[in-house]
Amino acid sequence: MTPILATVNYSEPWWIQIIKALVIFAVGLQLIPLVLLAERKMLGRFQGRYGPNRVGPFGVMQPLADIIKLATKESFRPRTSVGFIFMAAPAISIITAVATLAIVPFGNTVDIFGTKVGLYGVDPSIGILYAFAFGGIAFYGLMLGGWASGSKYSFLGAMRSAAQLISYEISQGLALVGVVMLAGSLSLTEIVDAQATQGWFIVPQIVGFVVFLVAGFAETNRAPFDLPEADAELVGGYITEYGGGGFTSFFFAEYLNVIVVSAITVTVYLGGWLLPFGWHTPGLAMPFIVIGKTCLLIFLFIWVRATLPRLRYDQLMSLGWKILLPIATINTLATAVMVVT
Amino acid sequence: MLNSYLPAIVFLLLGGVVGTAFALMNGIFGPKTNRRSASKTSPYECGLPSDVQQGFRFGISFYMIAMLFILFDIEVIFLYPIAVKLKEFGAFALVETSIFVALLFVGFGYVWRRGALSWR
Repeated sequence: MTPILATVNYSEPWWIQIIKALVIFAVGLQLIPLVLLAERKMLGRFQGRYGPNRVGPFGVMQPLADIIKLATKESFRPRTSVGFIFMAAPAISIITAVATLAIVPFGNTVDIFGTKVGLYGVDPSIGILYAFAFGGIAFYGLMLGGWASGSKYSFLGAMRSAAQLISYEISQGLALVGVVMLAGSLSLTEIVDAQATQGWFIVPQIVGFVVFLVAGFAETNRAPFDLPEADAELVGGYITEYGGGGFTSFFFAEYLNVIVVSAITVTVYLGGWLLPFGWHTPGLAMPFIVIGKTCLLIFLFIWVRATLPRLRYDQLMSLGWKILLPIATINTLATAVMVVT
Repeated sequence: MLNSYLPAIVFLLLGGVVGTAFALMNGIFGPKTNRRSASKTSPYECGLPSDVQQGFRFGISFYMIAMLFILFDIEVIFLYPIAVKLKEFGAFALVETSIFVALLFVGFGYVWRRGALSWR
Protein backbone atom coordinates (compact mmCIF):
# COMPACT_ATOMS: atom_id res chain seq x y z
CA MET A 1 0.00 0.00 0.00
CA THR A 2 1.29 3.43 -0.80
CA PRO A 3 1.73 5.37 2.41
CA ILE A 4 -0.42 8.47 2.67
CA LEU A 5 1.89 10.33 5.02
CA ALA A 6 5.50 11.20 4.32
CA THR A 7 7.89 8.72 5.90
CA VAL A 8 9.48 9.65 9.21
CA ASN A 9 13.21 9.03 9.39
CA TYR A 10 13.35 7.84 12.98
CA SER A 11 10.73 7.37 15.65
CA GLU A 12 10.84 6.08 19.20
CA PRO A 13 8.35 4.06 21.28
CA TRP A 14 5.11 5.98 21.79
CA TRP A 15 5.70 6.97 25.42
CA ILE A 16 9.04 8.59 24.62
CA GLN A 17 7.39 10.47 21.77
CA ILE A 18 4.74 11.89 24.12
CA ILE A 19 7.29 12.81 26.80
CA LYS A 20 9.63 14.55 24.39
CA ALA A 21 6.73 16.45 22.80
CA LEU A 22 5.73 17.68 26.27
CA VAL A 23 9.32 18.64 27.14
CA ILE A 24 9.87 20.57 23.89
CA PHE A 25 6.53 22.30 24.33
CA ALA A 26 7.41 23.25 27.90
CA VAL A 27 10.77 24.67 26.79
CA GLY A 28 9.11 26.61 23.96
CA LEU A 29 6.49 27.92 26.37
CA GLN A 30 9.17 29.09 28.80
CA LEU A 31 11.01 30.91 26.02
CA ILE A 32 8.02 33.13 25.20
CA PRO A 33 7.97 35.22 28.41
CA LEU A 34 11.77 35.38 28.26
CA VAL A 35 11.70 36.73 24.71
CA LEU A 36 8.92 39.14 25.66
CA LEU A 37 10.89 40.46 28.61
CA ALA A 38 14.18 40.55 26.69
CA GLU A 39 12.51 42.51 23.92
CA ARG A 40 11.07 45.13 26.28
CA LYS A 41 14.28 45.45 28.27
CA MET A 42 16.43 45.77 25.16
CA LEU A 43 14.08 48.15 23.40
CA GLY A 44 14.31 50.25 26.53
CA ARG A 45 18.10 50.21 26.42
CA PHE A 46 18.13 50.96 22.70
CA GLN A 47 16.01 54.01 23.38
CA GLY A 48 18.03 55.19 26.37
CA ARG A 49 15.56 54.15 29.08
CA TYR A 50 15.33 51.28 31.52
CA GLY A 51 12.44 49.17 30.30
CA PRO A 52 10.30 47.30 32.85
CA ASN A 53 12.10 47.29 36.23
CA ARG A 54 9.34 47.51 38.84
CA VAL A 55 7.82 44.01 39.02
CA GLY A 56 10.23 41.68 40.78
CA PRO A 57 14.03 41.96 40.60
CA PHE A 58 15.04 43.78 37.38
CA GLY A 59 11.44 43.53 36.22
CA VAL A 60 11.66 39.81 35.51
CA MET A 61 8.10 39.20 36.74
CA GLN A 62 6.69 41.64 34.21
CA PRO A 63 5.33 38.94 31.80
CA LEU A 64 3.53 37.33 34.75
CA ALA A 65 1.99 40.65 35.72
CA ASP A 66 0.92 41.15 32.12
CA ILE A 67 -0.74 37.77 31.87
CA ILE A 68 -2.60 38.28 35.16
CA LYS A 69 -3.82 41.62 33.96
CA LEU A 70 -4.99 40.18 30.65
CA ALA A 71 -6.66 37.21 32.34
CA THR A 72 -8.74 39.36 34.65
CA LYS A 73 -10.27 41.43 31.86
CA GLU A 74 -13.94 41.26 31.08
CA SER A 75 -14.96 38.77 28.42
CA PHE A 76 -16.06 40.98 25.56
CA ARG A 77 -16.81 40.99 21.90
CA PRO A 78 -18.32 43.74 19.72
CA ARG A 79 -21.90 43.25 18.60
CA THR A 80 -20.83 43.21 14.95
CA SER A 81 -18.53 40.23 15.48
CA VAL A 82 -19.28 36.75 14.18
CA GLY A 83 -19.15 34.98 17.54
CA PHE A 84 -17.75 31.54 16.85
CA ILE A 85 -15.13 32.60 14.33
CA PHE A 86 -14.18 35.55 16.52
CA MET A 87 -13.41 33.13 19.35
CA ALA A 88 -11.77 30.46 17.17
CA ALA A 89 -9.40 32.67 15.15
CA PRO A 90 -6.84 33.32 17.94
CA ALA A 91 -6.85 29.60 18.72
CA ILE A 92 -6.04 28.81 15.07
CA SER A 93 -3.02 31.11 15.31
CA ILE A 94 -1.80 29.37 18.45
CA ILE A 95 -2.40 25.82 17.20
CA THR A 96 -0.41 26.41 14.01
CA ALA A 97 2.43 28.13 15.85
CA VAL A 98 2.68 25.30 18.38
CA ALA A 99 2.42 22.63 15.67
CA THR A 100 5.32 24.17 13.74
CA LEU A 101 7.46 23.92 16.87
CA ALA A 102 7.30 20.13 16.42
CA ILE A 103 9.75 20.03 13.51
CA VAL A 104 12.44 22.26 15.01
CA PRO A 105 15.41 19.92 15.56
CA PHE A 106 17.24 20.61 18.81
CA GLY A 107 19.72 17.86 18.10
CA ASN A 108 20.33 14.55 16.45
CA THR A 109 19.42 11.18 17.94
CA VAL A 110 21.28 10.71 21.21
CA ASP A 111 21.43 7.98 23.82
CA ILE A 112 19.47 8.82 26.95
CA PHE A 113 19.61 6.00 29.52
CA GLY A 114 20.37 3.52 26.76
CA THR A 115 17.42 4.54 24.58
CA LYS A 116 18.00 6.36 21.33
CA VAL A 117 15.98 9.56 21.41
CA GLY A 118 15.73 12.12 18.62
CA LEU A 119 15.95 15.61 20.09
CA TYR A 120 13.10 16.94 17.95
CA GLY A 121 9.35 16.60 17.91
CA VAL A 122 9.02 14.80 14.63
CA ASP A 123 11.41 14.48 11.69
CA PRO A 124 9.29 13.82 8.60
CA SER A 125 11.05 13.47 5.26
CA ILE A 126 9.12 16.53 4.04
CA GLY A 127 10.58 18.64 6.91
CA ILE A 128 10.46 22.18 5.63
CA LEU A 129 7.17 21.71 3.77
CA TYR A 130 5.53 20.80 7.10
CA ALA A 131 6.52 24.25 8.40
CA PHE A 132 5.22 25.92 5.24
CA ALA A 133 1.94 24.00 5.46
CA PHE A 134 1.26 25.23 8.97
CA GLY A 135 2.47 28.69 8.04
CA GLY A 136 -0.22 28.64 5.36
CA ILE A 137 -2.90 27.71 7.89
CA ALA A 138 -1.68 30.38 10.33
CA PHE A 139 -2.84 32.93 7.81
CA TYR A 140 -6.47 31.89 8.48
CA GLY A 141 -6.05 32.92 12.11
CA LEU A 142 -5.31 36.53 11.19
CA MET A 143 -7.72 36.64 8.28
CA LEU A 144 -10.72 35.16 10.08
CA GLY A 145 -9.93 37.15 13.22
CA GLY A 146 -9.91 40.42 11.32
CA TRP A 147 -12.99 39.59 9.28
CA ALA A 148 -15.05 38.26 12.17
CA SER A 149 -14.44 41.36 14.27
CA GLY A 150 -16.83 43.34 12.10
CA SER A 151 -14.71 46.47 12.34
CA LYS A 152 -13.23 48.16 9.31
CA TYR A 153 -9.86 48.65 10.98
CA SER A 154 -9.67 44.96 11.78
CA PHE A 155 -10.77 44.05 8.30
CA LEU A 156 -8.23 46.29 6.57
CA GLY A 157 -5.50 45.00 8.86
CA ALA A 158 -6.47 41.44 8.02
CA MET A 159 -6.46 42.10 4.27
CA ARG A 160 -3.09 43.75 4.52
CA SER A 161 -1.55 40.97 6.54
CA ALA A 162 -3.02 38.40 4.14
CA ALA A 163 -1.49 40.11 1.10
CA GLN A 164 1.79 40.57 2.96
CA LEU A 165 2.01 36.96 4.12
CA ILE A 166 1.34 35.45 0.71
CA SER A 167 3.74 37.87 -1.02
CA TYR A 168 6.64 37.01 1.22
CA GLU A 169 5.86 33.32 1.43
CA ILE A 170 7.00 32.93 -2.20
CA SER A 171 10.39 34.51 -1.60
CA GLN A 172 10.81 32.49 1.58
CA GLY A 173 10.02 29.25 -0.23
CA LEU A 174 12.31 30.08 -3.14
CA ALA A 175 15.18 31.03 -0.83
CA LEU A 176 15.01 27.59 0.77
CA VAL A 177 15.11 25.76 -2.58
CA GLY A 178 18.83 26.57 -2.78
CA VAL A 179 19.45 24.90 0.57
CA VAL A 180 17.41 21.87 -0.45
CA MET A 181 19.51 21.55 -3.63
CA LEU A 182 22.75 21.62 -1.64
CA ALA A 183 21.53 19.18 1.00
CA GLY A 184 19.56 16.95 -1.37
CA SER A 185 16.89 16.49 1.28
CA LEU A 186 13.93 18.27 2.85
CA SER A 187 14.42 16.72 6.28
CA LEU A 188 15.79 19.29 8.72
CA THR A 189 18.10 16.85 10.50
CA GLU A 190 19.56 15.71 7.17
CA ILE A 191 20.09 19.36 6.18
CA VAL A 192 22.14 19.85 9.35
CA ASP A 193 24.06 16.64 8.67
CA ALA A 194 24.84 17.90 5.19
CA GLN A 195 26.22 21.06 6.77
CA ALA A 196 28.61 18.96 8.85
CA THR A 197 30.36 17.90 5.64
CA GLN A 198 29.76 20.90 3.35
CA GLY A 199 30.15 23.69 5.91
CA TRP A 200 27.35 25.95 7.10
CA PHE A 201 24.96 26.89 4.31
CA ILE A 202 25.15 30.58 5.18
CA VAL A 203 28.45 30.67 3.23
CA PRO A 204 27.27 29.41 -0.19
CA GLN A 205 23.71 30.63 0.43
CA ILE A 206 24.34 34.10 1.87
CA VAL A 207 21.87 35.63 -0.59
CA GLY A 208 19.28 33.01 0.26
CA PHE A 209 19.89 33.63 3.97
CA VAL A 210 19.25 37.36 3.64
CA VAL A 211 16.11 36.80 1.55
CA PHE A 212 14.86 34.17 3.98
CA LEU A 213 15.49 36.40 6.98
CA VAL A 214 13.79 39.45 5.43
CA ALA A 215 10.83 37.28 4.42
CA GLY A 216 10.88 35.82 7.93
CA PHE A 217 10.51 39.30 9.42
CA ALA A 218 7.53 39.87 7.13
CA GLU A 219 5.98 36.46 7.81
CA THR A 220 6.03 37.00 11.55
CA ASN A 221 4.63 40.55 11.16
CA ARG A 222 7.67 41.99 12.87
CA ALA A 223 9.05 45.48 12.45
CA PRO A 224 9.88 46.91 9.94
CA PHE A 225 7.09 44.90 8.29
CA ASP A 226 4.49 45.22 11.06
CA LEU A 227 2.07 46.91 8.67
CA PRO A 228 -0.93 44.80 9.75
CA GLU A 229 -0.67 46.39 13.18
CA ALA A 230 0.51 49.82 12.05
CA ASP A 231 -1.00 51.72 14.97
CA ALA A 232 -0.75 55.11 13.33
CA GLU A 233 -3.12 54.22 10.50
CA LEU A 234 -4.94 51.00 11.42
CA VAL A 235 -5.19 51.29 15.22
CA GLY A 236 -4.39 47.66 16.07
CA GLY A 237 -4.86 46.00 12.69
CA TYR A 238 -6.55 42.62 12.93
CA ILE A 239 -6.31 42.65 16.73
CA THR A 240 -8.16 45.97 17.15
CA GLU A 241 -11.26 44.36 18.65
CA TYR A 242 -9.43 41.74 20.68
CA GLY A 243 -8.70 42.18 24.33
CA GLY A 244 -7.77 39.83 27.16
CA GLY A 245 -7.67 36.24 25.93
CA GLY A 246 -7.76 36.86 22.19
CA PHE A 247 -5.05 39.49 22.44
CA THR A 248 -2.94 37.12 24.55
CA SER A 249 -3.40 34.38 21.96
CA PHE A 250 -2.28 36.52 19.04
CA PHE A 251 0.75 37.79 20.91
CA PHE A 252 1.63 34.33 22.16
CA ALA A 253 1.43 33.06 18.58
CA GLU A 254 3.48 35.98 17.25
CA TYR A 255 6.32 35.42 19.70
CA LEU A 256 6.23 31.66 19.22
CA ASN A 257 6.46 32.27 15.46
CA VAL A 258 9.49 34.49 15.99
CA ILE A 259 11.13 31.70 17.99
CA VAL A 260 10.23 29.05 15.41
CA VAL A 261 11.39 31.12 12.42
CA SER A 262 14.67 31.87 14.21
CA ALA A 263 15.16 28.22 15.08
CA ILE A 264 14.45 27.10 11.50
CA THR A 265 16.87 29.72 10.16
CA VAL A 266 19.49 28.44 12.59
CA THR A 267 18.86 24.87 11.47
CA VAL A 268 18.90 25.60 7.78
CA TYR A 269 21.63 28.22 7.42
CA LEU A 270 23.61 28.37 10.66
CA GLY A 271 24.44 24.72 11.12
CA GLY A 272 21.83 23.82 13.76
CA TRP A 273 23.59 22.02 16.58
CA LEU A 274 27.02 22.11 14.88
CA LEU A 275 29.82 24.15 16.42
CA PRO A 276 32.06 26.31 14.23
CA PHE A 277 35.64 25.34 13.28
CA GLY A 278 34.67 21.66 13.15
CA TRP A 279 34.58 21.28 16.95
CA HIS A 280 32.78 18.12 18.00
CA THR A 281 29.36 18.65 19.57
CA PRO A 282 28.73 16.44 22.61
CA GLY A 283 25.31 14.79 22.31
CA LEU A 284 23.35 16.38 25.13
CA ALA A 285 24.82 19.86 24.53
CA MET A 286 23.04 20.05 21.16
CA PRO A 287 19.79 21.64 22.41
CA PHE A 288 21.75 24.34 24.24
CA ILE A 289 23.71 25.20 21.11
CA VAL A 290 20.52 25.42 19.05
CA ILE A 291 18.78 27.54 21.68
CA GLY A 292 21.86 29.75 22.04
CA LYS A 293 22.02 30.43 18.32
CA THR A 294 18.26 30.97 18.23
CA CYS A 295 18.57 33.57 21.00
CA LEU A 296 21.22 35.41 18.97
CA LEU A 297 18.83 35.55 16.00
CA ILE A 298 15.98 36.70 18.22
CA PHE A 299 18.30 39.47 19.40
CA LEU A 300 18.70 40.41 15.73
CA PHE A 301 14.89 40.56 15.42
CA ILE A 302 14.74 42.95 18.38
CA TRP A 303 17.69 44.99 17.13
CA VAL A 304 16.05 45.45 13.73
CA ARG A 305 12.80 46.47 15.40
CA ALA A 306 14.63 49.13 17.38
CA THR A 307 16.59 50.39 14.40
CA LEU A 308 14.49 50.44 11.24
CA PRO A 309 11.41 52.57 10.63
CA ARG A 310 8.25 50.93 9.32
CA LEU A 311 7.86 50.64 5.56
CA ARG A 312 4.98 52.18 3.66
CA TYR A 313 2.57 49.60 2.26
CA ASP A 314 3.46 50.09 -1.41
CA GLN A 315 7.16 49.92 -0.50
CA LEU A 316 6.47 46.67 1.32
CA MET A 317 4.77 45.17 -1.71
CA SER A 318 7.42 46.27 -4.20
CA LEU A 319 10.18 45.00 -1.91
CA GLY A 320 8.52 41.59 -1.85
CA TRP A 321 7.64 41.29 -5.52
CA LYS A 322 10.16 43.41 -7.38
CA ILE A 323 13.30 42.83 -5.33
CA LEU A 324 13.13 39.70 -3.19
CA LEU A 325 11.38 37.46 -5.74
CA PRO A 326 13.83 38.05 -8.62
CA ILE A 327 16.81 37.81 -6.26
CA ALA A 328 15.53 34.55 -4.80
CA THR A 329 14.92 33.11 -8.28
CA ILE A 330 18.39 34.05 -9.53
CA ASN A 331 19.88 32.62 -6.34
CA THR A 332 18.00 29.36 -6.95
CA LEU A 333 19.24 29.06 -10.55
CA ALA A 334 22.81 29.98 -9.56
CA THR A 335 22.74 27.32 -6.84
CA ALA A 336 21.42 24.79 -9.34
CA VAL A 337 24.31 25.53 -11.69
CA MET A 338 26.73 25.29 -8.75
CA VAL A 339 25.33 21.93 -7.62
CA VAL A 340 25.24 20.33 -11.06
CA THR A 341 28.67 21.41 -12.25
CA MET B 1 2.62 4.96 9.92
CA LEU B 2 0.57 7.42 11.91
CA ASN B 3 2.19 6.46 15.22
CA SER B 4 5.50 7.98 14.12
CA TYR B 5 3.66 11.30 13.85
CA LEU B 6 2.57 11.09 17.49
CA PRO B 7 4.64 14.11 18.65
CA ALA B 8 3.05 16.28 15.94
CA ILE B 9 -0.40 15.19 17.11
CA VAL B 10 0.55 15.92 20.73
CA PHE B 11 1.72 19.38 19.67
CA LEU B 12 -1.59 20.00 17.88
CA LEU B 13 -3.52 18.95 20.98
CA LEU B 14 -1.35 21.12 23.26
CA GLY B 15 -1.89 24.06 20.92
CA GLY B 16 -5.62 23.43 21.12
CA VAL B 17 -5.47 23.29 24.93
CA VAL B 18 -3.55 26.56 25.18
CA GLY B 19 -5.82 28.25 22.64
CA THR B 20 -8.94 27.12 24.47
CA ALA B 21 -7.48 28.17 27.81
CA PHE B 22 -6.78 31.67 26.51
CA ALA B 23 -10.23 31.87 24.92
CA LEU B 24 -11.94 30.87 28.18
CA MET B 25 -9.74 32.67 30.71
CA ASN B 26 -11.63 35.96 30.66
CA GLY B 27 -14.89 34.12 31.30
CA ILE B 28 -13.33 32.45 34.37
CA PHE B 29 -11.12 35.16 35.89
CA GLY B 30 -12.73 38.27 34.47
CA PRO B 31 -15.41 40.38 36.13
CA LYS B 32 -18.83 38.79 35.91
CA THR B 33 -20.91 41.96 35.62
CA ASN B 34 -22.46 42.11 32.23
CA ARG B 35 -23.42 45.72 31.65
CA ARG B 36 -23.58 46.22 27.94
CA SER B 37 -24.54 49.37 26.16
CA ALA B 38 -24.81 50.26 22.50
CA SER B 39 -21.65 52.34 22.51
CA LYS B 40 -19.69 49.75 24.45
CA THR B 41 -20.43 46.91 22.08
CA SER B 42 -19.97 48.89 18.89
CA PRO B 43 -16.77 48.29 16.92
CA TYR B 44 -13.87 50.69 17.30
CA GLU B 45 -14.07 54.10 15.67
CA CYS B 46 -12.09 57.22 16.32
CA GLY B 47 -14.26 60.24 16.97
CA LEU B 48 -17.05 59.51 14.50
CA PRO B 49 -20.16 57.50 15.27
CA SER B 50 -19.30 53.88 14.63
CA ASP B 51 -20.27 52.84 11.12
CA VAL B 52 -21.48 49.28 11.62
CA GLN B 53 -21.48 47.16 8.50
CA GLN B 54 -20.70 43.58 7.63
CA GLY B 55 -20.04 43.54 3.89
CA PHE B 56 -16.85 45.41 3.23
CA ARG B 57 -15.43 46.26 -0.16
CA PHE B 58 -11.72 46.35 -0.67
CA GLY B 59 -9.22 47.14 -3.38
CA ILE B 60 -8.76 45.07 -6.54
CA SER B 61 -5.01 45.03 -5.79
CA PHE B 62 -5.57 42.38 -3.14
CA TYR B 63 -7.15 40.08 -5.74
CA MET B 64 -4.24 40.70 -8.12
CA ILE B 65 -1.74 39.77 -5.43
CA ALA B 66 -3.71 36.63 -4.60
CA MET B 67 -3.75 35.51 -8.26
CA LEU B 68 -0.03 36.17 -8.72
CA PHE B 69 0.62 34.31 -5.49
CA ILE B 70 -1.04 31.16 -6.83
CA LEU B 71 1.08 31.32 -10.00
CA PHE B 72 4.39 31.76 -8.24
CA ASP B 73 3.65 29.48 -5.34
CA ILE B 74 3.08 26.70 -7.87
CA GLU B 75 6.49 27.55 -9.31
CA VAL B 76 8.02 27.09 -5.86
CA ILE B 77 6.16 23.83 -5.30
CA PHE B 78 7.40 22.48 -8.65
CA LEU B 79 10.97 23.42 -7.80
CA TYR B 80 11.05 21.49 -4.52
CA PRO B 81 10.95 17.92 -5.93
CA ILE B 82 13.53 18.88 -8.56
CA ALA B 83 15.74 20.44 -5.87
CA VAL B 84 15.76 17.25 -3.80
CA LYS B 85 16.89 15.08 -6.73
CA LEU B 86 18.99 17.65 -8.59
CA LYS B 87 22.30 15.92 -7.86
CA GLU B 88 21.06 12.63 -9.34
CA PHE B 89 19.38 14.14 -12.40
CA GLY B 90 22.26 16.49 -13.20
CA ALA B 91 22.38 18.70 -16.27
CA PHE B 92 19.02 17.47 -17.65
CA ALA B 93 17.10 18.75 -14.63
CA LEU B 94 19.09 21.97 -14.68
CA VAL B 95 18.16 22.76 -18.29
CA GLU B 96 14.52 21.82 -17.71
CA THR B 97 14.34 23.99 -14.59
CA SER B 98 15.97 26.93 -16.34
CA ILE B 99 13.46 26.77 -19.21
CA PHE B 100 10.55 26.51 -16.76
CA VAL B 101 11.74 29.49 -14.72
CA ALA B 102 12.56 31.49 -17.86
CA LEU B 103 9.03 30.94 -19.24
CA LEU B 104 7.55 31.98 -15.92
CA PHE B 105 9.67 35.10 -15.91
CA VAL B 106 8.36 36.15 -19.29
CA GLY B 107 4.99 36.26 -17.57
CA PHE B 108 6.50 38.02 -14.58
CA GLY B 109 7.98 40.70 -16.84
CA TYR B 110 4.62 41.15 -18.54
CA VAL B 111 2.82 41.53 -15.22
CA TRP B 112 5.46 44.00 -14.05
CA ARG B 113 5.20 46.08 -17.24
CA ARG B 114 1.42 46.17 -16.98
CA GLY B 115 1.81 47.57 -13.47
CA ALA B 116 0.13 44.79 -11.50
CA LEU B 117 3.02 44.84 -9.03
CA SER B 118 2.73 48.57 -8.33
CA TRP B 119 0.45 49.06 -5.38
CA ARG B 120 -2.44 51.44 -5.95
